[in-house]
Amino acid sequence: MKNYKIIEVKRSIFEDNDADANLLREELRAKNTCLINLMSSPGAGKTTLLRRTILQLKDEIKIGVMEADIDGDIDAARIIETGVRAIQIHTGGMCHLDADMTRQGLREFGTDDLDLVFLENVGNLVCPAEFDTGATMNVMILSVPEGDDKPLKYPLMFSICRCVIINKCDTLSVFDDFSKEAVEERIHKLNPQADIIFVSAKTGEGFDKWIEWLKTHIID
Amino acid sequence: MHELGVVFKVIEIAEQVADENQVKEISSVTLSVGEVSGIIHDYLYDCWKWAIRKSRYLQQAQLFIETIPAVTYCEACDQTYSTIEHGKICPHCGSDHTYLKQGNEFEIKQIEVFDTGEE
Repeated sequence: MKNYKIIEVKRSIFEDNDADANLLREELRAKNTCLINLMSSPGAGKTTLLRRTILQLKDEIKIGVMEADIDGDIDAARIIETGVRAIQIHTGGMCHLDADMTRQGLREFGTDDLDLVFLENVGNLVCPAEFDTGATMNVMILSVPEGDDKPLKYPLMFSICRCVIINKCDTLSVFDDFSKEAVEERIHKLNPQADIIFVSAKTGEGFDKWIEWLKTHIID
Repeated sequence: MHELGVVFKVIEIAEQVADENQVKEISSVTLSVGEVSGIIHDYLYDCWKWAIRKSRYLQQAQLFIETIPAVTYCEACDQTYSTIEHGKICPHCGSDHTYLKQGNEFEIKQIEVFDTGEE
């Protein structure tokens, strides 16, 4: 008959990832590469925002994009059209990226010639917030049609981002129950330091402010 | 929502601990999971059944989950209360200057292995 023995482990599942993410952040800093983890729900306009951002900045800053999706490579193809390098990462069914997957992606991509790398995370306001990717900073997009109540429903996501971009502002006249003041108040309650920028990635409205923000923050 | 990723991580850590202890067969793993960790136990069991088949030492391993109750602390009145029942607003004084004290944990508490008798 077999006897059982108990081994105490007491280890958090997130501990390894957090440590790995901190290490990756240091490595990136040493190489002077800024990695921005861009998050939002599906369809908020991550790829459209990136395309316009790249077109405005690619002559000044060397940019690359890592696209993470469950399947497909349409996003990477749309980025390559702008003339910068892009890679598609498949998460194999996973709802988020973790630090190890990010590192593997970066290694495959090769970042030595880049100043700024955008990591377009899986479209999801829940899981990506819980897993530190090792990025230099987190930026998220909330689009007007999603509603101004989203900070109340997905507080963690809004509390971990340095910058919240409110996209699709060209649709404010249609979605006229979206209150800019209410969304600002709700975000700042969760995260007083968050910068909030209103844009339309489609028309370019508000983009000067976003580009300015980006330029200031990738240096420090 | 990320039960599968979490299960892979649990298996990885359990096998690492097994290697450190020269063990080749794990009979069970016990997790401590916070009430508001966002983990759905049923999904976790389903992912577990699927993932252990691909493991080295956990082919027969059972999964046990212990729940850690969610408790929120109120900075305004220095009291604690049940997060599930009252959320962000303190039921004692009505303040929203509160933070989660415990309840979002996801820990491997222990693993149970077959004792080969060698110390």
